[in-house]
Amino acid sequence: MKVTFPHMGNLYICIKVLMEELGIDYVIPPFTSKRTLEIGTRHVPECACLPLKITTGNLIEAYQVGADTVLMAGGCGPCRFGYYCEMYREILKDLNYNMNVITLEPPNGNMVKLLQRIKNLLGGFNLYKILKAIKNTTQVAIEVDEVECLASKIRPRELEKGDVDKIYKKFQKDVIAAKGIEQIKKLIRDAKNNLLKVKTDEKANPLKIGIVGEIYTTIDYYTNFDIQSKLGAIGVETHRYVTISDWITEHIVKNALRLPRNLSYAHAAKPYLGKMIGGHARETIGNTILYAQQGYDGVIQIYPFTCMPEIVAESILPAVERDFDIPVLTLIIDEMTGEAGYFTRIEAFVDLLHRRKEKGTVDFRYILSGD
Amino acid sequence: MTLDTYYLGIDVGSVSTNLVVIDTNDKIIEKLYLKTSGQPIKVLCEGLKLLGDHLGRNVNICGVGATGSGRQLAAVITGADIIKNEITAHAVAAQRIVPDVRTILEIGGQDSKIIFLKNGIICDFAMNTVCAAGTGSFLDRQAARLGIPIEEFGGYALRSKSPVRIAGRCAVFAESDMIHKQQAGHSLEDIICGLCEGLVRNYLNNLAKGKDISEPVMFQGGVAANVGIVAAFKKALQKDIIIPKYYDVMGAYGAALIAKQKTKEKTQKNSTKFRGFKSAEDNYEAKSIECNGCSNMCEVVEISSNGNAIARWGDRCGKWAFSI
Ligand code: SF4
Repeated sequence: MKVTFPHMGNLYICIKVLMEELGIDYVIPPFTSKRTLEIGTRHVPECACLPLKITTGNLIEAYQVGADTVLMAGGCGPCRFGYYCEMYREILKDLNYNMNVITLEPPNGNMVKLLQRIKNLLGGFNLYKILKAIKNTTQVAIEVDEVECLASKIRPRELEKGDVDKIYKKFQKDVIAAKGIEQIKKLIRDAKNNLLKVKTDEKANPLKIGIVGEIYTTIDYYTNFDIQSKLGAIGVETHRYVTISDWITEHIVKNALRLPRNLSYAHAAKPYLGKMIGGHARETIGNTILYAQQGYDGVIQIYPFTCMPEIVAESILPAVERDFDIPVLTLIIDEMTGEAGYFTRIEAFVDLLHRRKEKGTVDFRYILSGD
Repeated sequence: MTLDTYYLGIDVGSVSTNLVVIDTNDKIIEKLYLKTSGQPIKVLCEGLKLLGDHLGRNVNICGVGATGSGRQLAAVITGADIIKNEITAHAVAAQRIVPDVRTILEIGGQDSKIIFLKNGIICDFAMNTVCAAGTGSFLDRQAARLGIPIEEFGGYALRSKSPVRIAGRCAVFAESDMIHKQQAGHSLEDIICGLCEGLVRNYLNNLAKGKDISEPVMFQGGVAANVGIVAAFKKALQKDIIIPKYYDVMGAYGAALIAKQKTKEKTQKNSTKFRGFKSAEDNYEAKSIECNGCSNMCEVVEISSNGNAIARWGDRCGKWAFSI
């Protein structure tokens, strides 16, 4: 048995740890590329959402390098994510690929069934081993997200453009070859240290933009054209609440242990959207409000074309924009998205934020700013 | 010898390539509107040559701004001082003409946008996404199909007594709906008017949904020449619409204005990177390279002049762009 899983940003690092800790044989699918997207687009129904297309491509590419089992978190939410596993199963079957798809539903469903699946996967049940693996995976997820967060903070301040990306990209690549959790932890530490050594402009006062939206497109840097790095390169600091570690701790671990979850976004969103409607719509609204309250200059919402929860969120955001006086830009991505138009909007948005910020201090008659 | 001081603005779009030269009073002294015809480099060089010949070689261009989807390309070839996105460029130009403008409608060949300003700064904007794309090109095509010169197309709309309703959501539907209405015997005038209203309805639904369109409203871009569309906007918005004299080159005008301001901010005189009109005489070539260095497989665009690579972009890692 060779297990594989779809890509989503740095998720592969966490799953790598999990697999190694559990002693399961695995392959990491080749990093998402144009080819991945092409394969996925060919086999997934046209109207499905983009993440399904890309991740199906991941699985097919993984099959081509020897994977025979897919491990995938199931969603029980009201959005299409709940069908992803079933779609994988059917598509792979149609292609005559002999792949077994294992769905790991969050444990608020049928606990016994879940345990049975895990038992089959592991060929036995060693509770201590499982708990240790979960703990270590969570720990690594948190630390990887810290690296990412640090990179987004330093990037707009770096004196030599590209320094941060060099360190960060190298880290992402090196992890693939690393063996065992100790080596991975060392790579994380090194990356952090190297990032802290990057020469920065102490006086820099970058614009701050919060990233909200559908989880996959906001986290997966291939899909969102590496927006956080691009914004950093033009001197903008970015932040994103929805992260992989957050997803693991809030949705899986705390849920399983019935621990109280951090629901500040839900409280914030309450006046606008009081219910969970699937996807990350409530996070999108709530986090936008939190960013506004923390004095961020603007918010960018990203979601895949036809994503239902985010369409609802988008239609609510103008009210938030007005009430909290914070500009929001919405970017919708699908396989046809042209980079030129995408960046034109981002640039124009950054211009807008710069000018808003300068207003009051400088009295230019023009609307331009920056370079 | 003192030379007159001028600034050059270039807007390279997928449908048209525009060049504008302004003087120190922001007055447009030269303007060129050329069809890009899928050959941006060739057309840009032709434009530069035309301008150079017209102005004489001894003019002093003190700043160059580039905008449009081909702004990087234009910047490399001419040595532009600033590269700006078209949204900002259009807003700057509109504001120079009507300082307190609040809403800018812009419809070009491929793109449509709407820009909202408040207290003199852009406060919101929207650009068409999947649908309503290519309104300009679509109108051209329909005019050709009906055998009416595009200049007269709008006039037909104005003569309509009872416009028919045309589905304007998407070009494919609009066209088949038009054919259907033609076959049903409606007059050309009524169909064309219906089409204009359909496109305007679609534009407003797509870009302005739920947003306040406050006056003054300005309409620019190539399609502003179409009196049928203008009338449809007036009817839909119940507002006055201002059309600037140089409605078709506002992007380039904006780029020139920004270049002027930016180069003036730098105290040094003559700090422009402009490579001169003779740069049009070089031989340029663009090719795309598929990089296989990593999984990104970026499509890198390389521009070379007389055989030497002068610029590359499109790579995610910087391997190509920085190797020049
Ligand atoms: S959240 Fe959006 S993109 Fe993700 S599965 Fe649901 S509908 Fe699709």
